[in-house]
Amino acid sequence: MAIEKNAPAIELINVSRRFLSPTGKSLTALRDFTMTVERGEFVAVVGPTGCGKSTTLNLVTGLASPSAGEVRVMGAPVTGIDPRIGFVFQSDALFPWRTVIENVMAGPLFRGRAKPDAAAAARDWLARVGLSRFEQHYPHQLSGGMRKRVALAQTFINGPEILLMDEPFSALDVQTRVLMHEELLRLWSEAKASVVFVTHDLEEAIALADKVYVLTAGPATVKSVYTIDLPRPRVVADIRYEQSFINYSRTIWADLKEEVETSYARAAA
Amino acid sequence: MTDAAIDIKAGAFRPGTSDAEIEAAAAKAARHRRRTVIFWRVAILIAFLGLWEIAARQAWIDPFFYAMPSAIAQRLYEWTTEGTSEGPLWYHLYVTMEESVIGFVTGSVAGIIIGVALGRNRMAADIFSIYIKVINSIPRVVLAPIFIMILGLGLASKVALAFVMVFFVVFHNAFQGVREADRAMIANARILGASNWQLTRSVIVPSAMSWIFASLHVSFGFAIIGAIVGEFVGSRYGIGLLINIAKGSFDAAGMYAAIIIVMVVALGAEYLMTMVENRLAKWRPQPLHETQ
Repeated sequence: MAIEKNAPAIELINVSRRFLSPTGKSLTALRDFTMTVERGEFVAVVGPTGCGKSTTLNLVTGLASPSAGEVRVMGAPVTGIDPRIGFVFQSDALFPWRTVIENVMAGPLFRGRAKPDAAAAARDWLARVGLSRFEQHYPHQLSGGMRKRVALAQTFINGPEILLMDEPFSALDVQTRVLMHEELLRLWSEAKASVVFVTHDLEEAIALADKVYVLTAGPATVKSVYTIDLPRPRVVADIRYEQSFINYSRTIWADLKEEVETSYARAAA
Repeated sequence: MTDAAIDIKAGAFRPGTSDAEIEAAAAKAARHRRRTVIFWRVAILIAFLGLWEIAARQAWIDPFFYAMPSAIAQRLYEWTTEGTSEGPLWYHLYVTMEESVIGFVTGSVAGIIIGVALGRNRMAADIFSIYIKVINSIPRVVLAPIFIMILGLGLASKVALAFVMVFFVVFHNAFQGVREADRAMIANARILGASNWQLTRSVIVPSAMSWIFASLHVSFGFAIIGAIVGEFVGSRYGIGLLINIAKGSFDAAGMYAAIIIVMVVALGAEYLMTMVENRLAKWRPQPLHETQ
């Protein structure tokens, strides 16, 4: 394996991904998709619902492989599940039969760390997401926002160099979501990971990311890329009222709107 | 965040509707409801037994066939104090329980292991599913004579019958439970670093557990059926034998007494199972409780 020292964290080069529908028809989710994520960069991917945004993430994790093109992580082709990758899911992917601390310990234990060691690390991460008091609770006893914080701790404890997030906060109410954005930016700035954040919420994308990729209606390919030059650290709750934010929002929405309309018209047809 | 709760004076509510009073009224209503439920349960039982007794004594029904509660109680008393014509009752009960428990444990362990294995392996599941369907279509009790012929009159033939009664129920639920395991949860575990074995052990099996437990509840009853049917067909000891002998001697009270013994044991087992399940499933949200 020839690993280049300064290779980008993630490269998708002319990637296509086809899959078979349950009725046996071949569908194309991704076509000639090219994206580069530098180390430490926060990239958001927006696009119309069901266009294949999540597929890009599955290709990076190694849970799915490309039908054509190449996916490289840290300069090396993806061959399986990479231990340097962390993933935060849209749905609740915590283990409901484990307590909060056991959920956070899961990663280190799977990776063969000793139990006391894993427990200490888990306590540390629970403190960082402000859930020390809920160590012994079960997920169903927590609110949606708290469960998401557990999921973040569960992912961050493995020290991922690449963090993939698939609409992680879409099920939360607006106020909780803003709190989670702050939490995420704080954890990210400490961990210095590269992030790919998939969302259909444009404001969320602009508020968080360094770069926003706009995808076309499926089969998805990159329509345009915007660099978001807002200063960090950002205060997500307030940033949306700044003029530059509004300008970005207007420009990108004009671009995205066409795709959303195409996708909508197709679904209605 | 500032706390700007509006201070509500107690006087804002109508008299008799303070928090404490509402809570007390709700608790009282719940107590009352519980008592009503228990009262009617007991009343119906007494009415049923009383009617039976009177009907038998007045010869509205033939006590020769239907016995009567007092005669059944008498028989139970005799069996427990003096033993049955075939030896002490406790020994028969012990034999039946031994057969049921061994059949239940082996049947459910095998059902869980094979159910999980096939649930995790699509190819194997597709290949074997047809055979399982075919074997499952055999009414289990017709196997009793075969087992007795092959394995003899002793313990083994009844255990085998209890085993096949239990196995398929548990197998189906374990298989289904594995198939229903949440895909995001599985993907999460794999990305967190779980190997295939870790995935099965700490994600797949626990998430199939509620399915498996649902089957364990019914299958202990099935194990008892297996043991008793086996004893009907051929045995030297067991509750099934007692029923068979009572039938042979036209002893209706004896048959009903044996049925009651089996009922008590099955209810006891069900109670134990629920206790174990609640223990293991303390992570689940509390279901809305039925008033017991």
